[in-house]
Amino acid sequence: MRIPQLVKLCLSIAAALTIPMLSSAQQMESHIGKLNGHSDAGKQLFYRYCWGCHGFRGDGNGENWLPTGSFFEPYMNIQPRNFVAATFKCRSTPTGTLPTDEDLYNAIKRGFVMSNMPSWITLTDQNRADLIAFIKTFSARWKNEKSGNPINVPPEPKLTTESIKHGQELFQKLECWKCHGQEGRGDGPSAATLTDSNDQPIRPYNFAVGSRFKCGVTNQDLYKIFMTGLDGTPMPSFADVIKPDDAWDLVHFLRTLQVTHKSPELALWESTKEGAQQVASRKVSGTPTGSGIKQ
Amino acid sequence: MRTKLGYAAGLSVLAATTIAFAWPSGGSIGGKVTYEGTPAKQKPIDMSKEPSCAQQHPTPITTETVVVGAGNALQNVIVYISAGAPDESSPPAQAVSITQKGCQYLPHVVPIVVNQELKVVNDDQTSHNIHPLAKINHEWNKSQPPGTPPFSEKFDKPEFIPVKCNVHPWMHGTFAVLKNSHYAVSGGDGGFTLPNLPPGKYTVTAWHESYGEQTQDVTISGNETKTINFVFKAKPY
Repeated sequence: MRIPQLVKLCLSIAAALTIPMLSSAQQMESHIGKLNGHSDAGKQLFYRYCWGCHGFRGDGNGENWLPTGSFFEPYMNIQPRNFVAATFKCRSTPTGTLPTDEDLYNAIKRGFVMSNMPSWITLTDQNRADLIAFIKTFSARWKNEKSGNPINVPPEPKLTTESIKHGQELFQKLECWKCHGQEGRGDGPSAATLTDSNDQPIRPYNFAVGSRFKCGVTNQDLYKIFMTGLDGTPMPSFADVIKPDDAWDLVHFLRTLQVTHKSPELALWESTKEGAQQVASRKVSGTPTGSGIKQ
Repeated sequence: MRTKLGYAAGLSVLAATTIAFAWPSGGSIGGKVTYEGTPAKQKPIDMSKEPSCAQQHPTPITTETVVVGAGNALQNVIVYISAGAPDESSPPAQAVSITQKGCQYLPHVVPIVVNQELKVVNDDQTSHNIHPLAKINHEWNKSQPPGTPPFSEKFDKPEFIPVKCNVHPWMHGTFAVLKNSHYAVSGGDGGFTLPNLPPGKYTVTAWHESYGEQTQDVTISGNETKTINFVFKAKPY
């Protein structure tokens, strides 16, 4: 007699826990080109592939994540995205606005270089669209607001040495080096003190060691990174202070900081006397995540 | 004699009209914010990494988590009507400004009404990034290099938002987004005044960035002026 009562109790507790969860769950959709994602399908996928890191409630507190100062050494360097806060780094939209469905879809497909978020190319396109629809159920922002309007990225002008030189001036003038360092190794004077919006240490991008950026690999992606800013991190938006032509010049210069990555920009820069000297003097040091920075 | 009398009469009429015009519509709440105990000693800020700011301060400025005045006065406390006053449907037309000067936020705490224009000014010869760490409003982060014009932003929900500059980690401030414009910031003497309050029952909240919040209920009838004081317990760490 006792055991069935216990079972009954367990069942009622389970029911009490499940019912509010079910009733609070809202239906969301995602639209990426011709793809239409549905949160019901995405939910199954999330609780199979994602929740170990992103957490049962989607708040980035999955069991794989341990914050700095925990008893055990965390093996993730960056906290998984908190979908409840709905603040996203990689957007095509202005700072402070929600990204487009396509931005999020691309992020899952691409993964995040130098973090524990892999590229989910094993999933189908439909799977990824469904997942986007589901992660939008974690924050009411997706119901109450529209995604921001993607910023205008004008066509890339022709690459010239003047463009690179002007980009270099802007790198100084806009004080990118304060965090990223004079040679872009992520070791500027403010680098060691940086924290993300959850007070977790975060390091500026080290251009010298990689070819890929957090939000993509193309010049257009690079343009968007500094024009929209990476929300939730110290990287601000420069959309109000850089004109589109100047922004492209900066893109061209930033490519020459990637001394281990063969790009047309680096090749052109090395063909000039000034550029060749500069590139030759640049050291490749540090780690992609900047974990070696000490002050 | 007659002229003197006439002069005096004229003066008194003038005085009476002045008083009548200057008299606030409704009552007011005023008082003083003080602390008891020992507040944390504020540390000098090392700005040597930012020479353009360091040279603006012949003696290094200190952190501003607790700013005190004579007689245990507690400065930078936001005193506001948290209940009893109607939410303002349209924000004040006048913008509120925050200026970055000498790698400091002036003022240190910025009360602002929901949807009121906030003007951000950079008076320094260095780039700042203005990064309000909003949780209820939208978090955004904008760069403002030297010489760029001020920009304006708005917050559409009430929230106390810590704001920081990531480039200069000592720069901290607060945007206090409030539901109405009945607010005051305690000055160097700890004093505050909330004028122009129609008769009614109000909850007055005093907020301090290190010592938290206190509330008091006040009833105003007619044009009366009520005095209330807030005493915060200072912590030495």
